[in-house]
Amino acid sequence: MGVTTALEWLSSCSGCEISILNIGEDLIPIITEALDIVHAPVLMDHKYFGQTGEGTVLTIPEATVGIVTGGVSNHEHLEVLEEMRRKCTVLIALGTCATHGGIPALMNGQNRKESWEGIYKTRGTDPGAQVPTIEVPAPLDRVYACDEKVKIDMHVPGCPPNPAHIAEAIISLLENRPAVLPTKSVCDTCPTRREGKGEVHMLKRFLTNAEFNPTEPISEMRCLLEQGYLCMGPVTAAGCAKRGAPSCISARVPCRGCFGPVRREGNQLLDMMNALASNGIDYNSVIDRRSLLRFSGAHGLLKPLIKKEVEEE
Amino acid sequence: MGTVLNIAPVSRIEGHAKIAIHLDDAGNVEDAFLHIQSLRGFEKFIEGRPAEEVPRIVNRICGICPWMHHLASNKAVDGCFGVTPTPTGHKLREMCQVLAHINDKILHFFFLAAPDFVLGPDADYSVRNVIGIVKAAPELATQVVKMRQLGQMMLERFAGKAIHPIAGVVGGFAKPLLEQERLDLLTDCRTLLDFACYTLDFAKANVFSKYLDVICSLGVITTGFLGTVDRVDGSMRLYDGKQRLMKADGTYVDFEGEDYGNYLGEHVEPWAYSKMPYAKSWNEGFDLNLDAPKGIYRANTLARINVCDKMSTPKAQAALEEFRATFGRPAQATLLYHYARLIELIYSCERTIELLEWEGITDTNVRAKVEPKAGRGVGIVEAPRGTLIHDYVTDANGCIESANLIVGTTHNIAPMNMSVKQAATMLIKDGKYDQGLLNRVEMAVRAYDP
Repeated sequence: MGVTTALEWLSSCSGCEISILNIGEDLIPIITEALDIVHAPVLMDHKYFGQTGEGTVLTIPEATVGIVTGGVSNHEHLEVLEEMRRKCTVLIALGTCATHGGIPALMNGQNRKESWEGIYKTRGTDPGAQVPTIEVPAPLDRVYACDEKVKIDMHVPGCPPNPAHIAEAIISLLENRPAVLPTKSVCDTCPTRREGKGEVHMLKRFLTNAEFNPTEPISEMRCLLEQGYLCMGPVTAAGCAKRGAPSCISARVPCRGCFGPVRREGNQLLDMMNALASNGIDYNSVIDRRSLLRFSGAHGLLKPLIKKEVEEE
Repeated sequence: MGTVLNIAPVSRIEGHAKIAIHLDDAGNVEDAFLHIQSLRGFEKFIEGRPAEEVPRIVNRICGICPWMHHLASNKAVDGCFGVTPTPTGHKLREMCQVLAHINDKILHFFFLAAPDFVLGPDADYSVRNVIGIVKAAPELATQVVKMRQLGQMMLERFAGKAIHPIAGVVGGFAKPLLEQERLDLLTDCRTLLDFACYTLDFAKANVFSKYLDVICSLGVITTGFLGTVDRVDGSMRLYDGKQRLMKADGTYVDFEGEDYGNYLGEHVEPWAYSKMPYAKSWNEGFDLNLDAPKGIYRANTLARINVCDKMSTPKAQAALEEFRATFGRPAQATLLYHYARLIELIYSCERTIELLEWEGITDTNVRAKVEPKAGRGVGIVEAPRGTLIHDYVTDANGCIESANLIVGTTHNIAPMNMSVKQAATMLIKDGKYDQGLLNRVEMAVRAYDP
């Protein structure tokens, strides 16, 4: 029998789970021989309250390895995460939502209650609708990364995470050695051509395509920041590159920071402002500055604006 | 006070839901619900963002169909800024969208749904899953994993990211397709078409014929249908077309996407975070009553197959004709969603090949000139799980002022509730139930691929 493993998803989109599948053919021996999956809602039918649903306490089986995707945004997520922590020897936070809040933590920049009420008052919604409260889990005050709520043993960010890192995380545990995961920035792994600072003083929106010759490799394209586009490469953890270049850059599109900060406790907004300043670029030309935290708004970094600040923005 | 059976989590689906079956003192079903457990708030937290950034934020609504959100969003932003993508930009987007449908259908049929049929609905939960399939049919499973991976890698090679894509941009596409890339994609797509045809034959022999009684009874309800069809010939469309809303009697109205608000309403029940769209234009209100539902229509594969006049590609058209000869139009049996899904799988392969063979596909004029401005745009694509609507209003700076989203799955929340109640009521009598029987209730949900 393989190593017992439990998977759970919290406030998530299933992209991390698809990324696990994108390990490809190598996944077959992992899930049939190396691991013995005892709980995984997306793939198998183990139930929280017994297989016939009569139980009253949410229960996940004991497992050596636990993998959690998604951030923590409601009381059910919290209950599931705490149960995973109790039952799993090693707990892995997989994906940027689990490690830094991810896109759903953009809600942390708003007054959650007002926004939720607004969602049930959009122009298409029947008049008089209220926020549902019956048999649905109540929200927490904000969206949390997993390590704000329980101890996490290994962080594997990415939106989505790189299948190679997922496999490495699992295999390193099986081999009882530390996982080898990237420590550099996206810029450090980017092959685009850099000619030096100084020409660009204002950033432009991504409303025109980058300048490049499509028949030439990425290494012949000039750095997108030097072309005047906001590119989060300097302040984003590396790891997305699969075919020689960071994945957005390989589509000739600038980075938006989806692997979270380079140092796990970093602040992508502050770090990017510093990076722009040191390149002589006016940070006031960044439209919607707060969305530099669009992948890492947990840990109290993204907060609702108070009215006075709204005017300044 | 009777018992409540909490089937949680509903498993082998793509989101967060639980089923609650309320039994009376005699052990018969009093009521049953599918509770949708999750709300993230995309409609609100995209407010204020530069609209051209939104297609790479809303793709995170769904990691299984991120291309659908990415492209519906790009179409909505095109509308806000009043830009028409270049012909090549338009076709590259469609190619990626249709290609993404291929992976999705392979994933759903083999990884999520097939365990119920290959291993049987009553198999123990510990083996009734894709790992069980790998052990029971290793050659088939290896082929399935290879084919799904091939589709994903085709997207990744060309567009940088398969999951949470970034290559669609307002005005078109971020990069052109090179001739060598085109040839490679074409070769791979022909392999996928062969596999798609094999899959339908496999399913006809091993699933649809073998489980015909289950298909004709489990979760069966009577509703209308919503899909997208070609503006000229009424053939099924995934990327662009007009909307068709059909009643259960087969009569229908067609409308343009931007007018959706005149036809569809969004109802809210206090026990599900997801809203429940319904056919407002039928003027009968909203009611989940199994015998006399009001305003209820369905979306996703079976709906698209029902509303279209034909399929525009030959192998898919042949499959549709056979399907209609057997099950009629509109077909109502819920488990036929699986059959319709495999017809669409064939179409998606054929359509991708068509697009790759279009003479302008490698043109380098992939993005039109764009100016941010105030406007409204409605972007609609057919996502695997149903008609996906992104409706944005922008301010003078081209930032999002307000947004309304109707996500594919939500069209089916009301019908799924009906199918759950139908299945539970039919199966649970006098307090007798077991895990296999409760799994059948979940099978009624799984058919909708929520």
